[in-house]
Amino acid sequence: MPTTNELKERIESALPGSEANVEDLTGGGDHFRAEIVSERFAGLSRIEQHRLVYDVFGNEIGGPIHALSLKTTTPEGEQ
Amino acid sequence: MTNEQIRDFIQNAIAENRVMLFMKGTPEQPACGFSMRTSAALNALGVQYAALDILPDPRIRQELSAISNWPTIPQLFIDGELIGGCDIVTELYESGELAEQLGVAQPQHEPEPPTADAPQSAPLGVENRLS
Repeated sequence: MPTTNELKERIESALPGSEANVEDLTGGGDHFRAEIVSERFAGLSRIEQHRLVYDVFGNEIGGPIHALSLKTTTPEGEQ
Repeated sequence: MTNEQIRDFIQNAIAENRVMLFMKGTPEQPACGFSMRTSAALNALGVQYAALDILPDPRIRQELSAISNWPTIPQLFIDGELIGGCDIVTELYESGELAEQLGVAQPQHEPEPPTADAPQSAPLGVENRLS
């Protein structure tokens, strides 16, 4: 079962320089919310920003990670 | 029904309905909180939309995600383009961008999408021939 720390570390290592805050929405280890700040999101649409994060987990989304709610911003506060 | 037929059905639904929502359950009886919040945002805007329940056959979700390159449900398409799932739709609703894209007025009285409202206009029935 994935933990919030594991998700945080995987996101931050896949997007160097990013900062991810991950919470377990239900306490059940399968519904997560991640708020991520990264330079990599600059100039990308929301869809593209979220795909970057979903791609970190591949088939685990919808599997062991039932839901991953995302909020993505750049350090300048752009969405 | 073959996977190709399911894929064709999904692609037709996206092409033929300007506002097309793939969700778990129905707007009247959503089967997941994320699907509920997404359909509630559309209901709050009073737009007509089509909705398809992906639950009757697991291949619907597989084929949909293969088409959209998006792993989660719900998925909202407008004018044939993937807009996003619950998070993005909620952000776009709250910022007024969703109302703008759909050419409707942003509700002034309710900043948050109502969670349990009935649709203001009956969702277009996409006959679920995938069940």
